[in-house]
Amino acid sequence: MTSPFEYAPAPESRSVVDIAPSYGLFIDGEFTEAADGKVFKTVSPSTEEVLSEVAQASSEDVDRAVKAARRAFEKWSALPGAERAKYLFRIARIIQERSRELAVLETLDNGKPIKETRDADLPLVAAHFFYYAGWADKLDHAGYGPNPAPLGVAGQVIPWNFPLLMLAWKIAPALATGNTVVLKPAETTPLSALFFADICRQAGLPKGVVNILPGYGDAGAALTAHPDVNKVAFTGSTAVGKAIARQVAGTDKKVTLELGGKGANIVFDDAPIDQAVEGIVTGIFFNQGQVCCAGSRLLVQESIQDELLDSLKRRLSTLRLGDPLDKNTDIGAINSAEQLARITALAETGEAEGAERWSPACELPTSGYWFAPTLFTNVTQAHTIARDEIFGPVLSVLSFRTPDEAVAKANNTQYGLSAGIWTEKGSRILAVANKLRAGVVWANTFNKFDPTSPFGGYKESGFGREGGRHGLEAYLDV
Amino acid sequence: MSTAFADVTASDSTLRRFLHGLPGVDAVGLEARAASLGTRSIKTTAKAYAIDLAISMIDLTTLEGADTPGKVRALGAKAVNPDPTDRETPRTAAVCVYPDMVATAKEAVAGSGVKVASVATAFPAGRAAIEVKLGDVREAVAAGADEIDMVIDRGAFLSGDYMTVYEQIRAVKEACGTARLKVIFETGELSTYDNIKRASWIGMIAGADFIKTSTGKVGVNATPPNTLLMLEAVRDFRAQTGVQIGVKPAGGIRSTKDAVKFLVLVNETAGPDWLDNHWFRFGASSLLNDLLMQRQKLATGRYSGPDYVTVD
Repeated sequence: MTSPFEYAPAPESRSVVDIAPSYGLFIDGEFTEAADGKVFKTVSPSTEEVLSEVAQASSEDVDRAVKAARRAFEKWSALPGAERAKYLFRIARIIQERSRELAVLETLDNGKPIKETRDADLPLVAAHFFYYAGWADKLDHAGYGPNPAPLGVAGQVIPWNFPLLMLAWKIAPALATGNTVVLKPAETTPLSALFFADICRQAGLPKGVVNILPGYGDAGAALTAHPDVNKVAFTGSTAVGKAIARQVAGTDKKVTLELGGKGANIVFDDAPIDQAVEGIVTGIFFNQGQVCCAGSRLLVQESIQDELLDSLKRRLSTLRLGDPLDKNTDIGAINSAEQLARITALAETGEAEGAERWSPACELPTSGYWFAPTLFTNVTQAHTIARDEIFGPVLSVLSFRTPDEAVAKANNTQYGLSAGIWTEKGSRILAVANKLRAGVVWANTFNKFDPTSPFGGYKESGFGREGGRHGLEAYLDV
Repeated sequence: MSTAFADVTASDSTLRRFLHGLPGVDAVGLEARAASLGTRSIKTTAKAYAIDLAISMIDLTTLEGADTPGKVRALGAKAVNPDPTDRETPRTAAVCVYPDMVATAKEAVAGSGVKVASVATAFPAGRAAIEVKLGDVREAVAAGADEIDMVIDRGAFLSGDYMTVYEQIRAVKEACGTARLKVIFETGELSTYDNIKRASWIGMIAGADFIKTSTGKVGVNATPPNTLLMLEAVRDFRAQTGVQIGVKPAGGIRSTKDAVKFLVLVNETAGPDWLDNHWFRFGASSLLNDLLMQRQKLATGRYSGPDYVTVD
C-alpha cells in the first residue's frame, strides 16, 4: 500500500567517521604492515564501495602477535584486578563517547542499519566492557575459589555479523581475568576492530595486551593452532568450529565455540498476537537474519496459523529496506556476495523441495548485496530450509498441534542455541522452557541481550558460555 | 454492527467470554514497538506533510469551568484561521467544547467546515444516571454539535459489568442521531492494556465512530503504546467487519515531535487509510501553536517564537 506519508531520506552523516585509506595490523601497541606485505580491500556491502585497504595477516604475523601477547601477559596478569578494571572502564567510556562514529563505521563496513548499530550494537558493546570491568577485582567471589588464575594468551576469532559486539564478548572477559589477547576479525568487517585498537591506545592500555590481526581463514587457523596460545575462543560457522575442535584436540588449550543455530520461535494459540508478530520479525529480520541465535524456524500452533501468517505478512509489508545509513531503514544489506549466494541457493532449495515462498513487494537497490525478507510456508521437518542454518532473512514456517509436539519439533535439530516461547500462560512458559535444549530461551520476546546473561549452545551450536559470571570460567584456569 | 456481533452481545456472559477471549497484550512488547516507531526520523518534505496533516486533525479543545462565550469564540477563530500570517495553513478538524458552549462555537466556525464537537455524558467522570447522560447528549446535538465525545462508565467496566458499558454506548449512539460519536475510555483509569483492548472492542461493537483514549483530566492520558493498541484494534475490526473506525488520542500531546510520532504509529499500524481527519484526531490545545511554529520554521528556515503565533 503506498502512503501519502512518504518518509524523506534521513541519512546519518558519514562525516562523523574518518576512515583512512589503509590500515596495518595492530601488534604490540603499533600499527604495522604484514610481514609479506599483503593487503586486502574491505567494501561497503550496501554499495560495493571500497572503504579501505587493510594489511592481511599471515602465520608469521600471528607468531609476532602471540609473542607480543606473551610478553605482555606477565605484567598484565600481575596487575591488581582493580587496576585492570580501570583500563576496562576507560575503554567502555571511550566507546560510549565515540559511539556515533563507531555506529556509522560498523554500518558502513557491515551493511546493517544504523538504527541497529546505534540502538543495539554500540550500547551492548559498552555495557559488556562496563560489566566485565566490574568483575576484574571480584574474581575471588566468582565461585572459582580464591585468586583464580588467568590462562595466558587467548587466540580469538570472531565473525562478521556483529563485528564490534563479538570483539567485546571476547576481549572484555579475557582482559578482566588477566589474559592477553590476539584477535582476528572477519575479513569482510575488519574496520571496527582496528578502530578498537586505536581506542586501546587512547585508553593507555599496555602494549601487547590486545593485538588485532585482520585476515582470512588461514590466519585464523594459524592463530588457533599456535602452540603458545592457551585459550581458543571462536564464534562462527559450525564447520569451522568442528575443524578447530579437531585441531586443538590433544592439546591443553581451553576452548569455547559459539557456532550455528536454527532457533525455534514457538507461538501458542494464546499468544499476544501483535507482540508475537513483532517478536517473529525481530527474531529473523534483526541484522538481516545474520544472527546465530536467529528465530529462523517459526513453529506456530495450527489453530492460529492462518491468522498469524496474515498478520505477519501485513507487518513484513511495512519493513523498509534500503540505505543502511538512513535512520528509517529496517533491513540493510547482506554482508558479502558470498553470503548472498549462500542465502540465495538455500532459498532456491526451499522452493525446489516444494515449500511456498513469499516476500513483500520490495524494491532492491541495484548495487550492493541485497535479499528481500522472505518467508516459506508448507515447510516440514524434512525440508533443508527447516534443518540447515540459512543465516539470512529467511523464515521457515512450520506448525504444531500440542505443546509436546512443539517441543519435539523445536528440539529436532542438530543445533541448540536459542528458542522463543509465546504464550500468555506463565506455567506453560516454564514447562516448555525446561524441555527445550537451547542455550537461551526467550519468553514473549526475542533477541534480547544483556552482558549479565550467559550465552552459548547445546549440541552443534557449540560449548562454553560467554557473558555473565559463567563467561569468566572460559578465561580462568579452573 | 449489532447483527454481526449479536451472538457476542446476547448476554453478560457471552460478552465477557468474547472480551476475555481476545488475544492478550504483552506490555513489554507493546511498549517496545511504540518506542521503536518513535525513533523514525521524519524530515523535510515528510515533516511538512505531517505538520499540515496534524493541524488538520486537531480537535482544538477548551474544557474548563471558566469557559466563556468570549473564550469559545476566540478558540473558534483560531480553528478557522490558525495562522493569520499564512492563509494556506490548514484549519483544524473541530473545536471541542462543553454542551452549553456548542451554540456559541457553531456560530464562531460557521461556514468554515470546522466541526463542533461536544463532550457529553457527564464528562469527565461519567458518574450520573443514564437519563442525565442522554439529556446531556441531546442538548449538545440540539444545539448543533456535529460530534459527541462521550465517556464510558469506568466504574461499570472495572466491576466487570461490560454489558452496562455496551448498552450505554448504544443508547448514546442512538441519541446522537447523525452526529459522529467518539467514545472515551479514560485509559489512565482502565490501567491495563488488556482492559484498553477490551474497552476498544466494546466501543467498536457498540457502534462508536471513534475510539478515544482520554479526557485529559487524569494523570495518564494519551501515550504512544495505548494509541498503538487502539490503532491495532481498529485495524483488526475493519479486517473482520469491513467497518472503519477512527482513533483519537487526547491529552498530553503538546509538541510537534510527539504529534509526528503518533502519525507514524497511524501510518505503520492502521495504515494510510487512517491518515485523514475523518479517521484520526488529536484532542489538544497547546499542540497547535507548536505545530504552527514548526511550520513557520520550515517555511522561513528560522524559529520565530511564541509571540509570532496567536495566544487565544
